[in-house]
Amino acid sequence: MIVYLMCFILFLTGMYGVLSQRNLIKIVIGLSVMEISIFLFMALIGYIDAGVAPIVTQTGEQLIYVDPLPQAMVLTAIVIGLATNAMLLAIAIRLYKKYKTFDVRKINQLKG
Amino acid sequence: MESFLPLYMVTPLAAAFLIPLVGRVFSAFARTITPLVFLLLLILGIHYLLSGISSPLTYEVGGWQPVNGIPIAIYLVLDGFSTILLITINLIAFLAAFYSISYMKKYTAENNYYTLFCLMVAGMNGVVLTGDLFNLYVFLEIAAISSYALVAFGVEKTELEASFKYQVLGGMASLLILLAIGLLYWATSTLNITDISHILMIQGDNKIILFIQILLITGFGLKAAMVPFHAWLPDAHSSAPSPISAMLSGILIKAIGVYVLFRLLFNMFTLTYEIALTITVLAVLSMVIGGILAIGQQDYKRLLAYSSISQVGYILLAMGIGMMVLAQNGAKEIAALAILGGLFHLINHAVFKGLMFMNAGAVEHATGIRDLAKLGGLAKWLPLTSATSFTGSMAISGIPPFSGFFSKLIIIIAAIQANYYLLAFLAALVSIITLAYFLKLQKNIFYATFPEHIERVRKIPFTMKCSMVMLAILCLAMSLLIIPGIRDIVLIPAVEVLID
Repeated sequence: MIVYLMCFILFLTGMYGVLSQRNLIKIVIGLSVMEISIFLFMALIGYIDAGVAPIVTQTGEQLIYVDPLPQAMVLTAIVIGLATNAMLLAIAIRLYKKYKTFDVRKINQLKG
Repeated sequence: MESFLPLYMVTPLAAAFLIPLVGRVFSAFARTITPLVFLLLLILGIHYLLSGISSPLTYEVGGWQPVNGIPIAIYLVLDGFSTILLITINLIAFLAAFYSISYMKKYTAENNYYTLFCLMVAGMNGVVLTGDLFNLYVFLEIAAISSYALVAFGVEKTELEASFKYQVLGGMASLLILLAIGLLYWATSTLNITDISHILMIQGDNKIILFIQILLITGFGLKAAMVPFHAWLPDAHSSAPSPISAMLSGILIKAIGVYVLFRLLFNMFTLTYEIALTITVLAVLSMVIGGILAIGQQDYKRLLAYSSISQVGYILLAMGIGMMVLAQNGAKEIAALAILGGLFHLINHAVFKGLMFMNAGAVEHATGIRDLAKLGGLAKWLPLTSATSFTGSMAISGIPPFSGFFSKLIIIIAAIQANYYLLAFLAALVSIITLAYFLKLQKNIFYATFPEHIERVRKIPFTMKCSMVMLAILCLAMSLLIIPGIRDIVLIPAVEVLID
């Protein structure tokens, strides 16, 4: 149970980073931390105590396998996460070129 | 028959792949192939709708058959609800792509624009068709990431700022949705939506399911820009190029926000009164606050963006009333009427908000100005844009015989029949507020005196005019959906999918 809670604490840490930081790059880091906490959580969902990797062998023994589906999901989600991070950082770099700062308080042409 | 379902993802993805390759050699390739793809998908959708097949179509990706009744493949499901969404998506995408042919000439990197456009539509089609939760997340991210890039397409200060804001909030929403999907897999050990609904029916209500529902409402609420989560929408939708604003406001917030939320709440979870009440409260907040904020706007596209928040509020309100009636075991006819009104308003809003953003693009193309205070008297120079803008304004504020009148009327009647008089009153009141700010818009841009600082008014190219006129005609023609014969083909199957 404690690992699930730690995942959740990691998630909240990331969210705190996104909400409290003023630097664009730190906001991106906060989002990545949130993302990774969810990946960890999903990998944990498929874990079974004393389970082995789900590869069917010829020997015919009855082994306990861990659930492979969440692992496949996490792999896909990591690839998507890469795309989001690349996009965010590209925009952050462009913003730096235009405004000469990473401070969100100074990037305020739009009023929300 | 069901073998055409993968085409909805495959053709836009293939077009997105081919455009950067072939587009280098033939510069007109991107411009021609994009509208053609969407036209093909639109015709396929209408063909299915008219073929009169009543049972939903399912397609197993990869041909994996279920083992012991447990589905293994990713399922694509086409039923009444997804059909009307698919047709609306591809209709607006076709017209927006056609409009872009002239509009995007002033931008560089046209090929990248059309690639992203195709990817976005592929993502939305996928979200609407898929019957698998994780697949839904993947397509949702495809649509969302390409829309982030499209918002920043102008790479000026405001565009970049809007895109960053949109990405941070959209990213958080996606993560909440992913967390909810993970928790659902934990609770039910399956990802197929139909399968999950069977298991949840047996399991009954518990705390974890309630938590998942709240996560989903927050996540999709952020995507659909319901009021406490709306801060990104006016910036993002007003900064994008106009055809993209039309796509984002008209379709994207519905396909990846409203549609998925109601598909899951109605068809996967058991309806509860608390969740229905939450949706209704959020709906009323969006409707009223979006409308009031729109009055004060001085920027053409920001006004339209705030109006989107308010109109999406109407759709949510209708769905919320339907859910509340169903959750309390009230009369099914009233719930059906409310949901019908919501779906009808969803299609209508896609049409007239698409039209209004295209008008904004035309005015910006002609004069280069978006500030309402600096515009005026354009009716003499742009008679066609003035007429289409008038049609759109009347439709959105609910003046008969335009389509918006009938959808709003149905929502108000349903609210009164369900004894929610306050909701009916608020819906009528916001309709008047809508009329007020659209009259202000129409007067400031087209009827006031022509300001002297506008040196010249450029002509609107043919493709832009053509798209605008087609949408303006649709604003009138959509009223026909209320006729019982047509209603039974288009709207009733969708309502039945949601109620059962």
